[in-house]
Amino acid sequence: MSGQTFVDQLKQKFGDLVTGANLENIDPWIEVSPEGILEVCAHLRDEPSLAFDYLNSVTAVDYLHTDKKKAAKADWEPHIEVVYHLFSMQHKHSLVLKVMLPRWQNDEAGTLPELASVAKIWSTADWHEREVYDLLGIRFTGHPNMKRILCPEDWVGHPLRKDYEMPLEYHGIRGR
Amino acid sequence: MSTTVDDPRVIEIDVRTDEMLINMGPQHPSTHGVLRLVLRTDGEIVSEVTPHIGYLHRSAEKIGENLTPRQWIPYTDRMDYLAGMNMNLGWALTVEKLLKYEPPARGRHLRVIISELGRIASHLVAMGTYGLDLGTFSPFLYAFREREKILDMFEEVCGARLTYSYITVGGATADLPAGWLDTCEKFLDQLLPIIQEYHTLLTSNAIFIKRTAGIGVMSAEMAIDYGTSGPVLRGSGVDHDLRRDGEEIYTAMYEGYAFEVIAEKAGHYPNDHKYPPIPKEAVLGDCWHRFYVRMLEVMQSIDLVRQGIDHYRTTSGSYGEPMKLNQKLPKGEVYLETEAPRGQMGFYLVSDGNAIPWRARARSSSFCNLMVTAPLCAGALIADVPAVVGSLDVVMGEIDR
Repeated sequence: MSGQTFVDQLKQKFGDLVTGANLENIDPWIEVSPEGILEVCAHLRDEPSLAFDYLNSVTAVDYLHTDKKKAAKADWEPHIEVVYHLFSMQHKHSLVLKVMLPRWQNDEAGTLPELASVAKIWSTADWHEREVYDLLGIRFTGHPNMKRILCPEDWVGHPLRKDYEMPLEYHGIRGR
Repeated sequence: MSTTVDDPRVIEIDVRTDEMLINMGPQHPSTHGVLRLVLRTDGEIVSEVTPHIGYLHRSAEKIGENLTPRQWIPYTDRMDYLAGMNMNLGWALTVEKLLKYEPPARGRHLRVIISELGRIASHLVAMGTYGLDLGTFSPFLYAFREREKILDMFEEVCGARLTYSYITVGGATADLPAGWLDTCEKFLDQLLPIIQEYHTLLTSNAIFIKRTAGIGVMSAEMAIDYGTSGPVLRGSGVDHDLRRDGEEIYTAMYEGYAFEVIAEKAGHYPNDHKYPPIPKEAVLGDCWHRFYVRMLEVMQSIDLVRQGIDHYRTTSGSYGEPMKLNQKLPKGEVYLETEAPRGQMGFYLVSDGNAIPWRARARSSSFCNLMVTAPLCAGALIADVPAVVGSLDVVMGEIDR
């Protein structure tokens, strides 16, 4: 199946929930709206001709220039992308899904953006989403155990955000 | 013999025991580094296991956003420090995928030889330490004796014994030294009969079978659902190996090589008549099968290194040209997984057109493999917890990154 027909089929089925696609990139990706992620993922796993039964990785990328000059030149608005890499053991094909989120919920600095958890569809997502929460600050709703995983539980901030600043001290240990 | 029961509290109804929380690790010898397990126990039975990780977190991904791809190579070494060569290869191939660069044939064969030797070294450690977990000391010494010889050979190649940074973007940092292939062949010749000894010591040992067969059974569906990979996935009977099923840029490395994926089919493994038979007590997907897959993969890798040496000798040309340290990357993003000894090691690289990646992410295979500890250990005996965790063969450096 060519990339374009696949995207068209998905668009036909899900309408506005599939918001876009990039087929020029080396690994082409499909963009899904935050509201549609659960529905689309369940379909991708359960449809026999697709059968994406294996979730390789969930991760996110923060798009923000802390430098004002660079920010003015950038061709994107600040946002966060959540990236899902899927694979099918049966058909041996793979797929990349993306969800665009604001950096802060309702643009209130400090309020983490929210996205539905896919841990019920693939168990892999359990720890991977905890890692994304820990390092990039996205709260996954419906997750069984939304806690930090790599950093200590009382750590402040989300280190992989581009505007992250290392705390001055942590329990008496100098940070910077 | 299976110790798993539906409700672990039922069988101890006559003996009054209290529920207890036991902390195992992060300094416990059988947790393979700094893994902490909190066990909720009732008598000898574990009803719940909670793994706590992160003790070895060194912000490798954040560092990757501040270094060029070639400068980040040494950090990949320090993730899975038992298979540094394979980690270098994974990252190098990911960057090459973005650059659309194809290493010359000689470089390909060099990479096969080196990465398969790395796999042997890593599986030897897995085997030896698994023996330690189960209370036998000597296989550990034998395994490290042989691994030492591989490390000597690696030292000759690149000067380092653990953190190599040898395979790099574009090829390797140097060619194989003169006479090295002969040393390597001699080593393989003497390793082959020794592996049979290990089979006698562990694989077909009655106590070893008692400790591993039927313990920590994981179905194929569960293995896929939890995203496990490598010997853990194949030990559950899933016929999947990225060296055959991976992306073209990776499988191209193994073009012209003959090998069969080590996975059980109808009660048999490829060429298993040469090795101890599967014991009656073993169930597909248990600790014994995961161990057995690793042992057979050592034999497979020996064969692949031999083929690689033949190819390397008959191919002329360059072994590759390492990329410049500060070369600009094209805009775009790539994800690539390779078959590292512990499973599918994935790297995700986002580039905005500068020499330094916008985002460098490492998808760790042990991270996913460790996740199954909790479901596998629920209902098991305390003594079986090290047997299960050991059979997953995790390296904490890779999990915490």
